[in-house]
Amino acid sequence: MKDKYDVIVVGAGPAGSSVATTASKAGLDVLLIEKRQEIGDPVRCAEGADKKGIKRHIKPDPRWIAAEVKGSRIFAPDGTKLQISEELFGAEVGYVLERKIFDRALAEQAVSSGAEVIVKTSATGLIRKNKQVTGIHARSIGESVDIKAKIVVGADGVESKVGRFAGINTTLAPKDIETCAQFLVSGIEVDEYCQFYLGNNIAPGGYAWVFPKGRGIANVGIGVLGSRSDKGMPVKLLSNFVKHHFPTGKIIEMVLGAVPASGPIEKTIADGFMLAGDSAHQSDPLTGGGILNALDAGVMAGTVAASCIEKDDVSEKALMEYERQWRETIGKKISKALVVKEKLVTLTDEQFNTLAHSIKGKCDSTMGVFDIVRALFRANPKLLWEFRNLIK
Amino acid sequence: MTVTVNRYKCGYCGACVSVCPMAALELVETWIEINNSCNDCNTCVNICPIGAIESVKE
Repeated sequence: MKDKYDVIVVGAGPAGSSVATTASKAGLDVLLIEKRQEIGDPVRCAEGADKKGIKRHIKPDPRWIAAEVKGSRIFAPDGTKLQISEELFGAEVGYVLERKIFDRALAEQAVSSGAEVIVKTSATGLIRKNKQVTGIHARSIGESVDIKAKIVVGADGVESKVGRFAGINTTLAPKDIETCAQFLVSGIEVDEYCQFYLGNNIAPGGYAWVFPKGRGIANVGIGVLGSRSDKGMPVKLLSNFVKHHFPTGKIIEMVLGAVPASGPIEKTIADGFMLAGDSAHQSDPLTGGGILNALDAGVMAGTVAASCIEKDDVSEKALMEYERQWRETIGKKISKALVVKEKLVTLTDEQFNTLAHSIKGKCDSTMGVFDIVRALFRANPKLLWEFRNLIK
Repeated sequence: MTVTVNRYKCGYCGACVSVCPMAALELVETWIEINNSCNDCNTCVNICPIGAIESVKE
């Protein structure tokens, strides 16, 4: 470890590795730190991701592709089934990943692009010169160190600290977070479809999912809207769900996690500082998918970092270009998804059933998430009046 | 007033950290540290997916 870099990236998940890869390729001297001693572990993710999107960022490798899926099925509370293509939910599924290996492959990509990775190292504060962020205070394998940088990028996940250090309020209100539990269930029959189960008794303000990982195993999980959860609810509901749907399944892993479902955060930059990924609440509030948005935002942040450092101006005003780029793309998508989520969390089971019946048989394998939203709106304009501006 | 985290139950996911309005919690590798700014709002108690957090009445 040196005492000075062009860019320090805090957090080696998809967002952080993407920033590090992009900035290194642009010729910058980059340090990527990870507080855990292993990158990618423990997993906190359902592992579904859009195939085309992933391919834009990394060459597919069977080591981190657990399964490929053909599409999705959504089940209304009364069991009504809608079957749609893998493009569903803004193309959130297609691959079911092995995140432990995937995240490490992304970090390898950063390293082979020239970045330095240091694990078991966390940021404990920011170094500032006047208002400007000029580096981090860190704890590296138990030792305190100060490391300087022209730009610090926070990619430290849902539990982000560095955003707060930089004066950005990353706290999530309970209504803006999904609290999740997932079991890896083995010895079950699953086909090549991701399944989503809706219902207020199944997952209040969220959904339950079954993502196949091949060879009779699947990620079976549940997300509950924070404002409707109480102590330990996700694990309790998931245990019931698994008992009911997979009575002979054997649980061989447990995953806990939380997903920002707030839509765009107010601010992601400060003088010498940027935020990306879950720490910037860039995950999709409807689906909870965050990997691709994190990878895309990472490229934007890395590119803007390189051009700002080249121009020797890392002020908040100069970094605004990053903010502009992600709001124009990711921001627009997640704002639309937020409108849909905010409506869905108010629906009763009867309303979910009515909606499912209204488009049953009208879904086909070419439909994406906003095709479904459009079809639902046409069939139920009164109930879904809030969607009127989404379907243009 | 504060909260305690049962380390034997905690799945170190960071959900509690993300909702804490006082920034009183931190996920350090595989455990949660609590500083003295906790205002006992109990938001973390309800968000924890496995119920590892208890409110402490003094």
